[in-house]
Amino acid sequence: MSAEPTASPDADPGAQDAPAPDAPGQGAPAHAVPPPRALPGGGDQRLHRLVAIVVDKPGVLNRVASLMRARNFNIDSLAVSRTDREGLSRMTISLHGDDVAVEQAIKQLYRLIDILKVQDVTGEATVEHELAIVKVRVTDSNRAEVLKLVELTRGRVLDVAPDALIAEISGTEAEVDNFVACVRDFGIRELVRTGAVVMTRGGASIEEAVKR
Amino acid sequence: MTLTKGDAARPPGRGGRRSHVPGAGTEHAAAVEKAQREMLHEGGSTVAVRTAAHGSRQRIGADVVCEAILRQGVDVFFSYPGGVILPLYDVLGDYPELRHVLVRHEQGGAHAADGYARVTGRVGVCMGTSGPGATNLVTGIGTAMLDSVPVVAITGNVPSALIGKDAFQEIDINGITLPMTKHNYLVRDADELPRVLAEAFHIARSGRPGPVHVDITKDALQQETHAQHPTEDDVAAGLPGFRPTMGGNHRQLKLAAAEVARAERPVILAGHGVLHAGAEDELRAFAEKIGAPIAWTLLGVGAIDERHPLAYGFMGMHGWKHVNRAIQSADLLLAIGMRFDDRVTGNVRTYAPYARIVHVDIDPAEIGKNVAVEVPIVGDAKRVLAALLPMVDAVPAEGRAAYLEQLADWRRESEATSWHGSGAWRDGTLSADYVVQKIGELTDHEAIYVGDVGQNQMWLARYAGFRHPNTHVSSGGLGTMGFSVPAAMGAALGGTGREVWAITGDGGFQMTLQELMTLVQDRIPVKIALFDNKKLGMIRQWQEIIYAGNFHSAHLLGPDYLKLAEAFGMPAVKATRPDEVDDAIRFAQGVDGPALVWFEIAGEQNVFPMMPAGKGLSDLIEHWDGPDE
Ligand SMILES: Cc1ncc(C[n+]2csc(CCOP(=O)(O)OP(=O)(O)O)c2C)c(N)n1
Ligand SMILES: [Mg+2]
Repeated sequence: MSAEPTASPDADPGAQDAPAPDAPGQGAPAHAVPPPRALPGGGDQRLHRLVAIVVDKPGVLNRVASLMRARNFNIDSLAVSRTDREGLSRMTISLHGDDVAVEQAIKQLYRLIDILKVQDVTGEATVEHELAIVKVRVTDSNRAEVLKLVELTRGRVLDVAPDALIAEISGTEAEVDNFVACVRDFGIRELVRTGAVVMTRGGASIEEAVKR
Repeated sequence: MTLTKGDAARPPGRGGRRSHVPGAGTEHAAAVEKAQREMLHEGGSTVAVRTAAHGSRQRIGADVVCEAILRQGVDVFFSYPGGVILPLYDVLGDYPELRHVLVRHEQGGAHAADGYARVTGRVGVCMGTSGPGATNLVTGIGTAMLDSVPVVAITGNVPSALIGKDAFQEIDINGITLPMTKHNYLVRDADELPRVLAEAFHIARSGRPGPVHVDITKDALQQETHAQHPTEDDVAAGLPGFRPTMGGNHRQLKLAAAEVARAERPVILAGHGVLHAGAEDELRAFAEKIGAPIAWTLLGVGAIDERHPLAYGFMGMHGWKHVNRAIQSADLLLAIGMRFDDRVTGNVRTYAPYARIVHVDIDPAEIGKNVAVEVPIVGDAKRVLAALLPMVDAVPAEGRAAYLEQLADWRRESEATSWHGSGAWRDGTLSADYVVQKIGELTDHEAIYVGDVGQNQMWLARYAGFRHPNTHVSSGGLGTMGFSVPAAMGAALGGTGREVWAITGDGGFQMTLQELMTLVQDRIPVKIALFDNKKLGMIRQWQEIIYAGNFHSAHLLGPDYLKLAEAFGMPAVKATRPDEVDDAIRFAQGVDGPALVWFEIAGEQNVFPMMPAGKGLSDLIEHWDGPDE
C-alpha cells in the first residue's frame, strides 16, 4: 500500500498546533505540551503475504479486488486457486504496507461474507514459490550463453526458436527477480509471472482451521 | 481465437442460419431467443396463469419475495414498478397484509426503507426495476451503508439469458452496489430465493447492521418453485464467514476497567452503536457508576435523555464548545459504538491529546482505523457495557466533584452564547435555532425528528432536545441532501405511535419533494418543517468563512411553497416572525395527515461553533462578523 502522506510528522501542519487550552490540570501551566497523537499506521513498510481461504463462488475475487482498491491498499500480486476441499478457494495476497495498515486490510477482508479465514504469514516459516515464463530474444551467437544461464539458475527451457527461447523459472520471488534481471540484457520479448504462493511449514493447516 | 481491437469489427462467418441469434441452434441461443420474446411480452413465458380464483395459480419466485418479507415481520415496503419487476406486481394483490407504498422516485423508496429501519429496528425494504430503477436506489443504499442501517434493497434484472448483452434497461447493478453494501446477490433461479432472501435479512440485521442488495432476474421471479424458507439456524449455519463477535473479550474488559479506575477525567463518547444495540440503559448505568459525562455523535443523539445530569452534549465539528473542551482535556475516552469520523475528531494529531482511549465497537475494522487506541474491545455495546458494569468501581459523587463542577462551568459558558431565545436574529428575521427548539417543545420532545443535511441538520441535533433513543434520524455518514422527507415517510409507517417531523432546508427539500405526492396519496402523516433561508446555507457559511465571501451558487430560488403544497393537496402554513412560530407548529399538528410549515428564516445565520476542516477540536470558530450568530 502507498504511504499515508500524513504519516510523517513534518508534513503535517497539525503537528505544530498549540497545545489544547484545557489541559487536565487546568490552571497548572506546568503541564507539558503533549506530543501529537499517534496515527494508526505510518510504521515501516514491508512486503506482507496474506493467505485467505474463501468460499468458492463467482464474484469473490471481484469483491477482494474491489475492497483493496476502495480502501487504498496496493496489491503487489494475487494468486487464486481451488483447494482440495469442496467449495473452498485459496488466495495468496501480497501487498506492501506497515503492520497496522495490513492489519486493517485483514479486518476489512473479514467484513466480506465470503472470506472465511485470513492469515498474515509474513515472518513465519513458509515455503514460497512463484513461477515465471520468459521469452528471451536470442541470436546464434548468444544462445549458448542464455542456455547456460537458465541452467545455472535452475530454470528449464520450454521452447527454442531461431530468434527466441522460452524459459521457465520457479522459486521465491527474489529468485525469480534475479533470473529476470539476468536475462533482461538479452532482451525480454514476453514475461508472465504467477505471483507468489505460500504455505506455512510444519503441520498446521489454515484449511483445517476454517470453521464450516 | 485472437482478436485485436480492429479485428473485432469484422463480420461473422456465414452459415446457413435461420436465426440472427449468435450460435443459433445451441441451447444457449434458444434461451436467449425465448428471453427476448419474454421481454417483449410475446407470450411463451412461464408467468403463472391467472384464473379468476387466485388460489389456483402456481407459486412463483415473486411469491417467495412477498413471503420472505412477511416472515421478517416487515409489513410495508417502498417500491416502483418497471418491466422486469412486473411479475412481482402481478402477485402483490394476493398479499393484502403487505403494504406497498408507491414512491415517486426510487431514491425516496430507499430513504423511506432506511427511515423505517432506524425507528423500528426492523429491516427496511425497498425495490425497483432494473436499470434506472436500480441506479436510482443507489444513493439511498449508500446512505444506509455509511450509517449502518439494515435495509434490504431488491431489484429486478433482465432475464438471465440476456444478462451481459446490454439488454433494455440492463445495468451491472451488482457491480455498482458491491462496494456500498454489506453483501449483494444476483439470483437467477427461483429455488435459491428463499435461502438468499433469508440470508439477506440475516446479514442486514446481524452484527453491525447494513444494507444488502438482492438482484433477481425476471425469469427467476416468474419461475415456479416449491423451495421452502430456511430457519434462522439454517441461515446462520450456511454463512460460516459471517460470525459477528458479540461479547467483549474478558481480558480486554479487565484492561478497560483498570483504565477507568485510573482515570480522573473520563468522558464517554456514545455513537450509533449504542442505539443499534439498544444499550441506553446499560450506558446510563455505566456512566452513573463511574461518574463520567456522556458526549454523543450526530448519530448517537438520543443515546441518553438530554436532561440527565451526566448528558453533556453533542460533539464534533458543530458540537458544543464545552463538549469538545471536555474531550480535549480528558484523560480517558470511553468510545462506545462510534468510529472517530473526521467530523468528530477534526485533526487527529491534536485530538484529545491527553486521553487514553478505550474503544468498543462490534466491527473490528473500526478499531484502530482512524485513531490508535489503548484498549480495543470488539463486541455489541449492550453486552460489553453490561459485562463491564460489575467490573468497574463505583466512583462516589465527591470523587468527581471538582471535575464535574468545572464541566458545568464550561457548559454554562458555552450555552450562553450562540442562542436566540427571543426568536429573532439580527434584522428581526426568524432565527433557526429558536424554531427548532420550539418544535421540540411543542411536541413535548416525544416526536421523531428527521433531519436533512446542512445547517438545518446541525440546528436540529443541537437544539431540539432529545429524550428517547431512535427519535432522531439523520444522514450522518453520507450527508445525503433530500433524505429528510422520504426518510420521515418511512419513519411514519414504522408504527411507533410517535408524531413524525421532517426538518429540512430549502435546498434538500427541492431534491426529493416529489414524495409530497406519496405522502398525500397514502395519507402518511409527516409534518414537514421547511427551513427556508433561500440559501444552500451550509455552503454559504463555508464560503463566508473559508472562501472569503465568494458566494458562488449559494443563493437558491424556491417556489411559493404554499402554492406548491396546495398543488399537491397538502395543507400548509407560513411563518416569518417569532410570534407566528407556535401557531404554525400547532396548525401542522392539528392536521390529520401530512402538512407543511414554511419557516422563512434568516438568510445569513451561521451554525456556531464551527471547526474548520483540517483544524482540531480546540480551534473552534465561535463568531464571525457579529456577536450574535
Ligand atoms: C446530495 C448532496 N449534494 C450536495 C451536498 C453538499 N451540501 C451540503 S450542505 C448543502 C447545502 C444545503 O442547503 P439546504 O438544504 O438549504 O440546507 P441549509 O444548510 O440551508 O439548512 C450542500 C449543497 C450534499 N450534502 N448532498
Ligand atoms: Mg437552505
